[in-house]
Amino acid sequence: MVPISYHLILSGILFTIGVMGVLLRRNTIIIFMAVELMLNAVNLSFVAFARQLGSMDGQLIVFFVMSVAAAEAAVGLAIILSVFRNRETVNADELNLMRW
Amino acid sequence: MGALIFYLLAALTIGSALIVALSRNIVYSAFSLLGTFMGVAGLYALLAADFVAVIQILVYVGGILVLIIFAVMLTHRIDDVAVSNRSVGRLPAALIVGAVGVIMSVGVVGARWAQKADVQAAPTTYGIGDAFLGPYILPFEFASVVLLVVLIGAVVVSRKEIREETGS
Amino acid sequence: MQPFIDRLIANGAFAGMPVEVVYALMMILFGVLVVFGFFLPIAGVTSWLERRVWARIQSRIGPNRVGPQGFLQWLADGIKLLLKEDIVPDAADRPLFLFAPYFVVWGIVATFVVIPFSSSLIIADMNVGILYLTAVTALVVVGVLMAGWASNNKWSLIGGIRSAAQIISYEIPASLALLPIVLLSGTLSTQGIIAAQGWAPWHWFAFHNPFTFIAAFMFYVAALAEGNRTPFDIPEAESELVAGFCTEYSGFRYLLFFMAEWGNLYVIGAVATLLFFGGWQVPAWTSNTVLLNISQFGVFFLKSYFWVFISMWVRATLPRVRVDQLMILCWKYLVPIGFMNLIGTAIWMVVWPQGNRVVQYGLVILTVAVLVQFSRRVRFHLRRARPELYYSPAI
Repeated sequence: MVPISYHLILSGILFTIGVMGVLLRRNTIIIFMAVELMLNAVNLSFVAFARQLGSMDGQLIVFFVMSVAAAEAAVGLAIILSVFRNRETVNADELNLMRW
Repeated sequence: MGALIFYLLAALTIGSALIVALSRNIVYSAFSLLGTFMGVAGLYALLAADFVAVIQILVYVGGILVLIIFAVMLTHRIDDVAVSNRSVGRLPAALIVGAVGVIMSVGVVGARWAQKADVQAAPTTYGIGDAFLGPYILPFEFASVVLLVVLIGAVVVSRKEIREETGS
Repeated sequence: MQPFIDRLIANGAFAGMPVEVVYALMMILFGVLVVFGFFLPIAGVTSWLERRVWARIQSRIGPNRVGPQGFLQWLADGIKLLLKEDIVPDAADRPLFLFAPYFVVWGIVATFVVIPFSSSLIIADMNVGILYLTAVTALVVVGVLMAGWASNNKWSLIGGIRSAAQIISYEIPASLALLPIVLLSGTLSTQGIIAAQGWAPWHWFAFHNPFTFIAAFMFYVAALAEGNRTPFDIPEAESELVAGFCTEYSGFRYLLFFMAEWGNLYVIGAVATLLFFGGWQVPAWTSNTVLLNISQFGVFFLKSYFWVFISMWVRATLPRVRVDQLMILCWKYLVPIGFMNLIGTAIWMVVWPQGNRVVQYGLVILTVAVLVQFSRRVRFHLRRARPELYYSPAI
């Protein structure tokens, strides 16, 4: 069995890549994808801990994270689409007004 | 054998995550997410969480990824395949990313993780079902309410635009 | 499959090799066997049989030149497509265009992992089998979207988006239709679901109660829509979209798309059979394991191919629905009916935990009566048809 620290390091790398995506990119859809990467990284460490501790709780938290991620995808992408229809852009730098 | 599979899956996950975060072509970013999601699902299966692994494919690949690809296709011209976007603020971003990476690696490597001796891989479906209808019933119901709200919210957000378009 | 490998290992067939490696190699071997020995021939023969059946229904002859009754037509078609040039359009997104068909085929072939051909012929009896089956279909969506986008062609893109929207919409009624079965059998494993049924029709889950009876048809309709079959084939509606997402494809990659489509047809039949129609269950007529497995395989194959055959009839009979009709059918009819089935089955299980014998027999009798009446009508119309319209079964 692979030691838990390997999984946690992998999860850390994945999370860092997600942070990198959010900070470096200016396209809101890419930022959105990077957020999904971070959520996946967190889920991975939850499952790794669940395996390590022989407990089900970590896996259950993953389901709640997944439902939040699905919610975020539905509403977030609906918002991005409606912003795009009104402003013709999804660039985070150009979306500097709170109202559309 | 297990270690080899772990390294392969880790390479798939990180490689496609890097493409997601750094690719110039947003369509490649979107499709590379598939690699990340499948890699993470494989890691779940390796961690004996079979139910979570399948749900990961069902929710992330079947739901979220398809939504993201739809959004990418709807926010760009059909004939504009080579979509590029620019990156800004590289230096502060690199500093923050480096700080996050260093802090997390120090935390992971430094800690002495508790280990329950001799954990057997067993089917998880029954345990998950029991836990959802037992100790976790309140968060479970709450999650379903959140999803219902989201369903209505997404319909409202996208429906308003259609009405305005037909009105103008 | 695993018991078989365990027995081989116990007999010392793989002395000196790590157990995991043996498992992995045997799984790969069996997977290759299933793909080349079952998936490819079944997809090919189905394509030939489908054309023959349509021809009969439309008073034509159909392909009958290559081999006896045109039986080898599928081989000829396959060889022709393999020898054709694999054209990649100049404006296409090359890597995505080249990869897309593999994702589609991958999604279909991966479902064969959990399809139980008989009590011991299964690649892996996963604990989450039926859920896995619905999950890997998602790969098809990704492949179709990839093909539609990468072709850089408006018909391909519209076809791809239509197909993806259709598949993810109809995944919901399909999953809702299999939830009553999961409730009844108390397991997600495909072998477990079959083991919870019996060989006799009144032990099948389709006839367990009226709700599962409805769920069986709901599943079939939703699965046909997921497989982009007529009457739900708007993604490749040739009168409006040329060929949908495979417009720009040619040669081998075009072949892959169609292999996936016809392979998927068998998967639909097999899943309907294992969920609702008793799977491979046969009476225990012999104690010989090999003979028993062969008869189980035969029964399972016939039952699943029956549903493939029905889909051929449907395709030759019904007109194509519009996009809005498709979505209305899914969201306004199938999804509410699915929820009703789920709740109804749950209540049924509380009221009659062992099932209600009278209702089970009644549903079987009803089905038999409908089938008898149907065949009588068919006979009547065939008799009344003009003589030149009916051919002998083999031409």
